[in-house]
Amino acid sequence: MNQLLALIRVFAYLSILTVGGGLAAFPEMRHLTVDVHKWLSFVQLIHLYSMGQVAPGPNMMMIVVIGQWAAGVPGAFVVLLAFFGPTAILAWMIGRLWKHLENWPWRTSIERGLSPVSIGLLLAGCLSLARGAVTGWMTALIAVLVLLLLLLTKLNPAWLVLAGAVVGGLAFGPVKL
Amino acid sequence: MPHKVMSDVVANLVSPPNTTTTSKPDVTILQIFLEFLLIGATSFGGGVVAYLRDGLVGKRGWINDQEFVEYLAISQTLPGLNATNMAVLVGDNLRGYLGSVVALIGICLPGGLLMSAAGAAYHASGNQPMVTAMLRGVAAAAIGLILATTIKLGKKSLAHAYDLVFVALTVYGVDKLHQSVPRVLVVVGLIAIFWYRPRKTKESVS
Repeated sequence: MNQLLALIRVFAYLSILTVGGGLAAFPEMRHLTVDVHKWLSFVQLIHLYSMGQVAPGPNMMMIVVIGQWAAGVPGAFVVLLAFFGPTAILAWMIGRLWKHLENWPWRTSIERGLSPVSIGLLLAGCLSLARGAVTGWMTALIAVLVLLLLLLTKLNPAWLVLAGAVVGGLAFGPVKL
Repeated sequence: MPHKVMSDVVANLVSPPNTTTTSKPDVTILQIFLEFLLIGATSFGGGVVAYLRDGLVGKRGWINDQEFVEYLAISQTLPGLNATNMAVLVGDNLRGYLGSVVALIGICLPGGLLMSAAGAAYHASGNQPMVTAMLRGVAAAAIGLILATTIKLGKKSLAHAYDLVFVALTVYGVDKLHQSVPRVLVVVGLIAIFWYRPRKTKESVS
C-alpha cells in the first residue's frame, strides 16, 4: 500500500514536468525511482527507457514496467493513472479555454517563450540519459551514426534501434567474433 | 467586467468550443477509439505525431491541418506527452470528454501492454550477457534517436538567436546547477515569456 502511494506521488509529480516531451522528466525520474525509492537500477532505467523508444504509441509507456516491478499489476495501473490522469485533465481544460483566448496577446508570448525552455529540458534529459548509455567509443559511434542517419535520411527509427541491438550484441556479447 | 469574463470561462468549460460550428463530421465514440488504437499499435519508432497527422488529417479528415498545428502548439506548451495531449484535444473536439477518454485509452493501450510484456521478459532474462549486450546497443541508438527528434523539433520551433540563450540557460540550470526541473521551468520560462511579451505594433500606434 505504501508502495502504491509512493508510486502515485512520484508519477503524478513527474507528469507535471513533461513539458515538451517525456524526456524532460528524465533527470527527476532517475533521482526519484533509482536514488530515492530504489525501484530499479540506473542501468535498468536506461534499458527500459530505450526499449520504450521503440515501442509503438506514446514513448513513455515504459513507466508501466516500473509500477509493475514495484507493486505488481496494481502498481502498473496506478502509475498509468497518476502519470496520464492529471495532464490529460489539464490538457482538456486548457484546450477548451485556449480557443477562446485566441485574441489574448499573452497566448503567443507563452507559446513562444516556453518553446525554447522545452527544447532545453529535452536536451538536459538527453544528457542525463546519455551519461548512462554512452560509455565508450562503440556506444558513442552507434549514437552518432543513428543521429546522422535520422537527420539525413527518412529511415524509420525503429530499424536503426534494432540495428543498434544487433551491433550491441556483436560488440558486447558473450560470443566474440 | 471580471465577473462576465469569469462566467464566460465557466460556460466555455461546460460546452465544447465547437458547438456553434456544425461542420464536424459525425464520428462515433467507437470509431475514435479504434482509430487511436490503430495509431497506438502501429506508430513504431517514436514520432507518434507524424502518425497522428496521417491518420486524423490525411486518412480520416476529422480535423484539418490548421487545427492539427494549433493542437500541437497547445500540446507542446502544456505538461504531458505530445501524443496523449493530442489524443485528449482531438477526442474532445470530435465527441466531447468521452471522446478524449477513449482516444487516450486507445493510444496508450497497445504500447502499454507491449511494454508490460517486455518488462516481464526483461525481469526474467535481463541478466543474461547477450540481452545486456543488445540493450547497450539499443540504449546508444536511442540517444541518437532522441537527439535527432529534439534537433528536428528545435529547428521547427526556435525562430531567433536569443532562443538559444533560453535553451542554454535551461540546460545549464538542470544539468550543471542541478536545479529541479520545475524551478528551472518557472524561472527561465517566466523570463522567456516576458521576453516575448505582447508589444504594441506600429499599426496599432498609428
